[in-house]
Amino acid sequence: MLGRKIARRIARHGLALIATVLLGAFLSAVLVRYAPGFSVDEEELDPHLNSQSIQALRQSRLDQRNILHFYFHSLERAIHGDLGTSLSLNQPVTVLLKDRLPLTLRLVAIGLLLSWAASLALALSAAWMRAYAYDALATILSGTFLCIPAAVLALLSVLWNVPGALAIALIVFPRDYRYARNLLAKAYSLPHIVTGRAKGLSELRILFWHVVPVAGPQLLAVAGVSVSVAIGAAIPVEALCGLAGVGQLAWQAALARDLPLLMNITILVTLVTLLANSGADVIGSMLRGQEA
Amino acid sequence: MTIWRRVACAVLLLVVSLSLAANWLAPGGYAKQYRETADSAPSPVHWLGTDEIGRDRFARVLYGTRISLLLAPGAALLSTLMAALFGGLAGYLGGAWSRAAMAVTDLFLSLPWLFLLITVRALMPLNVSPVVSVLVTFLMLGLLGWTSAARVLCASAATLRDSDFVRQARASGICGTRLFWIHVLPNLKPILLAQFWISIPAFILSEANLGILGLGVAEPLPSWGSLLKELEGLVSVGEEPWKFVPLILLILVVTSFQLVLSKHEELAA
Repeated sequence: MLGRKIARRIARHGLALIATVLLGAFLSAVLVRYAPGFSVDEEELDPHLNSQSIQALRQSRLDQRNILHFYFHSLERAIHGDLGTSLSLNQPVTVLLKDRLPLTLRLVAIGLLLSWAASLALALSAAWMRAYAYDALATILSGTFLCIPAAVLALLSVLWNVPGALAIALIVFPRDYRYARNLLAKAYSLPHIVTGRAKGLSELRILFWHVVPVAGPQLLAVAGVSVSVAIGAAIPVEALCGLAGVGQLAWQAALARDLPLLMNITILVTLVTLLANSGADVIGSMLRGQEA
Repeated sequence: MTIWRRVACAVLLLVVSLSLAANWLAPGGYAKQYRETADSAPSPVHWLGTDEIGRDRFARVLYGTRISLLLAPGAALLSTLMAALFGGLAGYLGGAWSRAAMAVTDLFLSLPWLFLLITVRALMPLNVSPVVSVLVTFLMLGLLGWTSAARVLCASAATLRDSDFVRQARASGICGTRLFWIHVLPNLKPILLAQFWISIPAFILSEANLGILGLGVAEPLPSWGSLLKELEGLVSVGEEPWKFVPLILLILVVTSFQLVLSKHEELAA
């Protein structure tokens, strides 16, 4: 019964994921197609080209004028593994993404691990100690990081030779901590947990037997959202720390108005974010199911 | 009002007043170059020194603060109005409208905020005049920042749609448009206000991020983003500490906003 329910949930997420990616790809195609300068090609300025070559270039652009034709043509090529060629770097987008994705995934994964470790450690110790001064100190610390732009944290990490993953962790940490602290504080104030503590149950037993089942699914949902925050943080960190990942590639593509490359990165990021959120939701529902 | 909120209000009032008095406090303006004292340390003439092309840093901080602090509320107003229209209407109409609106909202929310901003910014021409770049930056923030607020408003409007007084008004023969404008929208006012105030610091930080990445307000107009870009060339913190003044000011302003808005945040969540 539970297995069927989870399978249905996975199928629903899968369908939503495909629909969102297709819709996102269509919107990206519309934006790229109607962005100023789409019908202009710098290659036309090449003095070595004769009028026929220029005409051929214009003709190839004309073929992309119909938005639906442009969209389905891009989709068809993408299915066959051809994501087009970057205008600014003059390299296949597939190759660029394949080269840079591992670094970004590693940075984001380590950043998230560090951020969650710090957030949970601080939030749990605040919930255990219930000391106003400690809680206030942790809140001030996270609040300060929340008020610093992500790009400034990236610049400061360059200044102090801090690894990129740690910079991402510092950007994600205040958001994670805030949610973790509120959820854990709420869980620890539940009557059965207060009773358990009063009766002398050990803190670890209370945590794993009573708090995790209550706050776990919600914390997982926050973890899913924090993947999106971490990917967003990867842009300034990679761009300003000189790390050759997808974040830096997106920044370079934005500065060079390399719209086909940017469109593909957008779809990739949407896919990763949705996968993370769907994964968190499915695991959360499994936990809730076990609890019920 | 707690003591901390009062202090935060006073800080915000002081910073806004100083930025509005920029014409008197820094009559030289933000673009005037003092070429003989380029990249100089603070002095009685230039309180925060000059940048590498000789512009008075104090004047640039004041004018930059004015731009960020005046236009961020404008963008927040735009995003709140859009959220009210999309989210409020979607929640009020319900059914397929609500599902379609929420699908679009989910699509926007599935992209990291900074990523969405740089993608949309790249779709527009980058070599535009400084004034156009300011308008483009803040318009973009306003036009893209409505999605999370729309979700909250959609849920609230859906609750209101099924409430007794709306049902009674509908039964009395009040038409749908009037019902929405006169009965539903005014009841969403506390959430709209909360979203408006919460958006301001978020947009200030977003502009700063875009500015540092070179996709924000164009030179020679100053903004917090372009002022913070100066930190890029620093070798150590102790070397030129006055370059951190814009950052300290930004942290002070955003912290003050957070303190003032802590009550609103609970409502908007």
